[in-house]
Parts: sequence; C-alpha cells; structure tokens
Amino acid sequence: MSQLRIEHISKWFGRQHVLHDISFTFQPGQVNMIIGPSGCGKTVLLKCIVGLITPEEGKVYFGDINFLDLSPEEKRNILRNLGMLFQSSALFDSMTVGENVAFPLRVFTQQSEAEIQDRVAYCLERVGLAGTQEKYPAQLSGGMKRRVGLARAIALNPQYLFCDEPNSGLDPLTARRIDELIQELTEEFHTTTVVVTHDLKSVMDMGQRILFLYEGRAEWQGSKEDMLREIAALPSNLQAFLKASGLVRA
Amino acid sequence: MLMNLILKGFESFGEYLLLLRRSFTGLLRFRLYWELWTFESIKIGRDSLFLVTIISLFTGAVTTVQTAYQIVSPFIPKSTIGAIVSTSAILELAPTITSLVLAGRVGSNIASQIGSMRVSEQIDALEVMGINSATYLILPRLFGAIIFFPVLVIYSCFIIHVGGILAGMISGAVNPTQFVIGIRSFYEDFQIIFMLIKAFTFGFIISTVSAYQGYYVRGGALEVGNASTRAVVISSLMILVADYVLAQLLL
Ligand SMILES: Nc1ncnc2c1ncn2[C@@H]1O[C@H](COP(=O)(O)OP(=O)(O)OP(=O)(O)O)[C@@H](O)[C@H]1O
Ligand SMILES: [Mg+2]
Repeated sequence: MSQLRIEHISKWFGRQHVLHDISFTFQPGQVNMIIGPSGCGKTVLLKCIVGLITPEEGKVYFGDINFLDLSPEEKRNILRNLGMLFQSSALFDSMTVGENVAFPLRVFTQQSEAEIQDRVAYCLERVGLAGTQEKYPAQLSGGMKRRVGLARAIALNPQYLFCDEPNSGLDPLTARRIDELIQELTEEFHTTTVVVTHDLKSVMDMGQRILFLYEGRAEWQGSKEDMLREIAALPSNLQAFLKASGLVRA
Repeated sequence: MLMNLILKGFESFGEYLLLLRRSFTGLLRFRLYWELWTFESIKIGRDSLFLVTIISLFTGAVTTVQTAYQIVSPFIPKSTIGAIVSTSAILELAPTITSLVLAGRVGSNIASQIGSMRVSEQIDALEVMGINSATYLILPRLFGAIIFFPVLVIYSCFIIHVGGILAGMISGAVNPTQFVIGIRSFYEDFQIIFMLIKAFTFGFIISTVSAYQGYYVRGGALEVGNASTRAVVISSLMILVADYVLAQLLL
C-alpha cells in the first residue's frame, strides 16, 4: 500500500490560485523530490498530501485509498504510518529533545522506557545529535532543530517520510549527511520519501523522481537521469532554475 | 453592521461547539491524559493559590467592615454581620471573584500556550502524527479546570471567612463568637452545592473559551497576544452572564 499518488490537485487561498491541477506518482523505496523556486507552492502541496490543508479539487491515494474521502479516524490510522519534518521544525517546545523524539513512541507503541530511550538515542545519533536528549528546543540552533525534527519523524520507522527543506540553513557537511541519512532510510525500509527543496545539490545527491513546480503548476516531471540527459529540451524556467544553481553548464 | 456582528457571533459559537465535540473523540491512551491532567491541575493550583489567598483575605475583610458600617441600628444583633458576609461569600464572592481572577491567570495562559503551538505548527505536527490535537490539548485542561476550580473556590470561601473574622476583630465591629453564630444562623447545605455548581460552570467556561481562542489563532506572536486578551475578556463576560443565569435558575 505504500505507493502514493496525487491526481489533479488544485488549491486556492481566497482568490489566489496556489496549485493548478497537479498530478504525480511518488515511488516507494525512492527519494521523490519536489523542487521549485520560493513561493511556488511546494509546502502547500506537501500539506495537501498529509491532510493539513484540504485542496478544493483532486485526490490523494495512499495505495488504493483516496485519503480525502476518509473519516477523521480513518485518516489518523493512515497518518500513523507517516513521518513529517516541517520547514519550521515544529518541535514541541515544552518538551526536551529526548521527549520530542520519544513522543510518537510513547503514544503509539507499548515499548518499555528502556526500549524507548534506546530508540531515541539511536535516532538522535543518526542525525548527528547524540547526547542532546536533555536540551530544550529553545536552546538549539535552527539547523539542530531541523535535525531533531527529522529524528522525531523517523522514530516510528514510517512507511512514508515527508521532509520540507530538510537541509536549508545547514552547513554543507551536515547538509550532505542529512541527505545521506534520508537516502539510507529510504532504501533500508523501502519508504516512500518525499523531499521538498530548492537545493539542487540535494537533488543531484539523492533525487530519483523529480517534480518541478513553477508558480503552482507542475512544469516538468521525470527521473533525474531524464532531467540531466537533455537540458536543452527542458522547459525554459527549469533550465534557468538549473543553471542558476551553477550545477549545470549555462 | 450589527447583523454581521451577530452572524459572526453565531458562527464563532458554532465553531466553539464543534471544537468541543471534537475534543471528546479519538482518545488515545489513558495514561497520557492522566499525566497531562495532573500536570495541568498542578499548574492551575500552583499559579493561582497565592493570588486567590490575597484576594479572598481582603474581600472578606472589606465586606465585613462595610457591612458593619451599614448596620447602624442597635436593634440588629452583631451576628448579622457574620451571616451577611458568610452568605455573600458562599453564594457570590468566592465562586465569582475567584473565577474572574482565574480567567485572567489561567485563561490567558491556556490561550497563549495553545495559540503559540498553533502558530509554530506544533498543532499541525500533532495532527500529522495521527493525534486528535483538540482532544490532546483541550481535554486535560478542561478536566484540570472543572476539578480544581471547585477546590480553589472552597479554599477561597474559607479564606474570605478568615478575612472577615480577622477584620471584625481588628476593627472591633464584631467578635469571632458572634461572627460564627451569624454564619451558623443562615447556613444551608444547598448554598454549598450552589457554590460548587458555579465553580464547575466557570471552570468549564474559562478552559474551553480560552482553548477555543488559542486553537484558532492565525498568524504570529502578535495574534497570540490578542487571542490571550480576548480569552480573558470573553470568559469574564460569560462568567458574569452565567452567574446571573444560575442565580435565576437555582435560587
Ligand atoms: N495559509 C495560507 N494562507 C494564504 N496563503 C498561503 C498560505 N500558505 C501559503 N500561502 C501562499 O501560497 C503560496 C505558496 O506558498 P508555499 O509555502 O507553498 O511556498 P514554498 O514553495 O514552500 O516556498 P519556500 O521555498 O519559500 O518555502 C505563497 O504565495 C503563499 O503566500
Ligand atoms: Mg516551503
């Protein structure tokens, strides 16, 4: 049931048409990337998929089930297989780092305290923050919060992993480590991973399927290889986007 | 203009009721709520005890001195002062003043806590985990309030009596024995029940109205501040209305 497909998603905020008829299939066991310039609707699309924003039109299929048709209770059952890293990290600021990561485990598993602490230590170590359990979110830098957010998102080994800008604001080394981690997890647990980014270095590192959004429209989609094979054949705004990053020749 | 305002009022009230209903569905595991409930209750008690003590003590003292001032006739026994102070304390002062004070303290706290969780996407994070954020955030605070408000009101009522007796003694208006005789002469069990019904109702109003204000904040820190002020104003108004309605219905 781990294929994720969206069909004809449209979203308006008042009179602003933010998403225009977007369809895409996210592949399991792969890192699917949504790329595009700032303000093009990437975060809104991600929130439409996980049910935080309801699109006016369209369908979101988790496996064969249209998520948008489900009752709140049925939606929650699907959401429990899903981990999400928010652009703003969204850590619970009344809890320590350790409690943040332990939270989904406490709510949804029957694990003992020792098992939970082991899992928390393991997740924090994987994001390079071993030993920070006792700190509060307010004591962390933006990049550290992002990484705690990722640790919390992967605590339950989700089938679907959504990351909104996982490495913006991180130094290049840490950014690459996070990319590697996301890629490893995707392969290890065959998760359907969706990464939103405007960092083309990430795309080159781990992108497999790519959806390019431009002013709320799906301008181009395909595999990374397709994208790099013939740059001249791509839509001009995607070409400009790629060239501006300096990663492909102008 | 007025019509719009009324419609908006009804819309908010409907939204408030829907949120309440939602907060009673999709419960997770009991232990989680138990912990949250204990935490919220301790916080309500700890945050309010000092303030309630001071205000009750002075309310009792002032009521006694003023009642003594109004009773000039030598034919009215001094114990009447005790009776009047005690009845007002039980029926009105303890539940209403305590709740108005707590509307400022507990209400603004609930609204700003939930509101800041809203604007920093923490509520979204709960929802994405498959947790009913309304239940998770509102239920423990609601139960904390409806159980601990009565406790605080009983405490306040006791302190008002203490304040009254002390003021009577210090001013020489009425001695403690007469005061207690007065308390006894008018006392009925129903008055205590009435007081507890009020406390329960006011606790319900403050926690749910404030949670509602916080839950639907849109924007940033500024809006959280506004929501917190609105929580205090609206719950205070609703307390006064409910106070009147309960008096009409039950007395
Ligand atoms: N809750 C909202 N209400 C109204 N408009 C919104 C809301 N959320 C987003 N928008 C608008 O939708 C558009 C797309 O926003 P979105 O956050 O998806 O951009 P983005 O692609 O994620 O950009 P970035 O890379 O900077 O994060 C923007 O024009 C934004 O103003
Ligand atoms: Mg975004």
